[in-house]
Amino acid sequence: MPKITYVEFSGTEHAIEVKTGLTVMEGAVKHNVPGIDADCGGACACATCHVYVDPAWTEKVGSPSAMEESMLDFAENVEPNSRLSCQIKVTDALDGLVVRMPESQH
Amino acid sequence: MADLSGRIVILGAGHAGGTAAALLRQLGWAGPITLVGDEPIAPYQRPPLSKAWLKGEADASSLALRPDSFYAEHHITVRLNARAAAIDRAASEVVLQGGERLGYDRLILATGARARRIALPGIELEGVLELRTAADADRLKAALGPGRRLAVVGGGYIGLEAAASARALGAEATVIELQSRVLARVACEPLSFFMQDYHRAQGVAIELGAGVDGLEGEGGRITGVRLSDGRVLPCDAALIGVGALANQELAQAAGLDCDGGVVVDLTAKTSDPAVYAIGDCTRRPLPLYGQMGRLESVPNALEQAKQAAADLCGTKPPLAETPWFWSDQYDLKLQIAGLPLGAQQILVRGEPATARFAVFHLDPDHRVQAVEAINAAPEFMAGRQLIGSRKPVAPDKLRDITVSMKDVAA
Repeated sequence: MPKITYVEFSGTEHAIEVKTGLTVMEGAVKHNVPGIDADCGGACACATCHVYVDPAWTEKVGSPSAMEESMLDFAENVEPNSRLSCQIKVTDALDGLVVRMPESQH
Repeated sequence: MADLSGRIVILGAGHAGGTAAALLRQLGWAGPITLVGDEPIAPYQRPPLSKAWLKGEADASSLALRPDSFYAEHHITVRLNARAAAIDRAASEVVLQGGERLGYDRLILATGARARRIALPGIELEGVLELRTAADADRLKAALGPGRRLAVVGGGYIGLEAAASARALGAEATVIELQSRVLARVACEPLSFFMQDYHRAQGVAIELGAGVDGLEGEGGRITGVRLSDGRVLPCDAALIGVGALANQELAQAAGLDCDGGVVVDLTAKTSDPAVYAIGDCTRRPLPLYGQMGRLESVPNALEQAKQAAADLCGTKPPLAETPWFWSDQYDLKLQIAGLPLGAQQILVRGEPATARFAVFHLDPDHRVQAVEAINAAPEFMAGRQLIGSRKPVAPDKLRDITVSMKDVAA
């Protein structure tokens, strides 16, 4: 299973094996990684699963859809490598992915 | 420093209860946590039941809030198929049906809500369904398919979502609503009108201002819905979706303050400081609106789970949140923030015919009280921020879709 490293705002790292087909958000929530709220459960409706994709991975992860982009536009502390983790599907190509979390999702 | 060693019992293993258990462990609660639920499965997400789950686009593991192994790993005892019969506050014990007693130092009520039942002739017929649990959804799913006919009594979110899913599965759907428009209780007129038109264009029949006199059956199975004007609408199954009631009976019997929901404060504490209540079962302060209310939504369940967990663990209370809701129907994403309480002006931004627009509810000082957005994420996100910030907006700018929401909110 692809390993994904979630880095909390405080710096605490969680390296987790996530089943392919799940989203990066689901990998975090199902393993109780703090810092990804995902209020809407992955419907791209809330922007509370905001992460920063490690610069080495942005190309592989791809760019957000128009819908996701407009949600991100209004999230806090958005950077060029910001994504909503519910919109990133885990594939074997993402083995080793590193994502960092913002200070708050609200 | 809070004492994190006590025994916590959580009654109700839904989204609120399951989240509270997980958050308590995240925040360092060290004592025993027991999660009691009357369903046969561990906490799962209910919103997909009327949407992706019904359409067969989600499986059981994606529905589960967390994998089954999670609870053992985090030393959370999960008691499924178990139901509380009483709360004995004097003894600090929950009495389960069957007589077993669970002692607690702190109790969290997360008992949720149940579908409102109406006393209709024929309500006991096979094929008369409600939609609240995964088991309900499985029954509904089994009744849908090409050529099958679903009657939906009640034009609220559950009913409309089920009708949309029924259409996706090739079934026929008729929505029967007592009021003169769908979503009458929860949405403004422009949104109701838009949704009615959209559903009709997708082949859903909608009967407005239509009372139901009874359900007709043959051999114990439903065959139709009898309207008060005498017509009988034939169907193979009927979904009754006419609102939900808070499961407050346990709390009430235990002498806790209840008022159409278990009354709590912003730390999710009930009138007994050893007892918390979270989620659909509560009646809670709505600080933005200066009143109490009951919110039936996942965001509310999560917010109150955070409030309770933070209070119990002595950590920083969560920031106050603007209430919000969402719904998916066909290719429509509805996002609603705030409550239209005290709003005087309704302003539509965008053209409903394009299926991309938002309705803003403004108070007399042009502050946004609520926003209802259809496929309009920027309007929803900016609206939600404006509701929280209480900053007045310029209605002319808000109405003008050539002015971006960033500029409107600036």
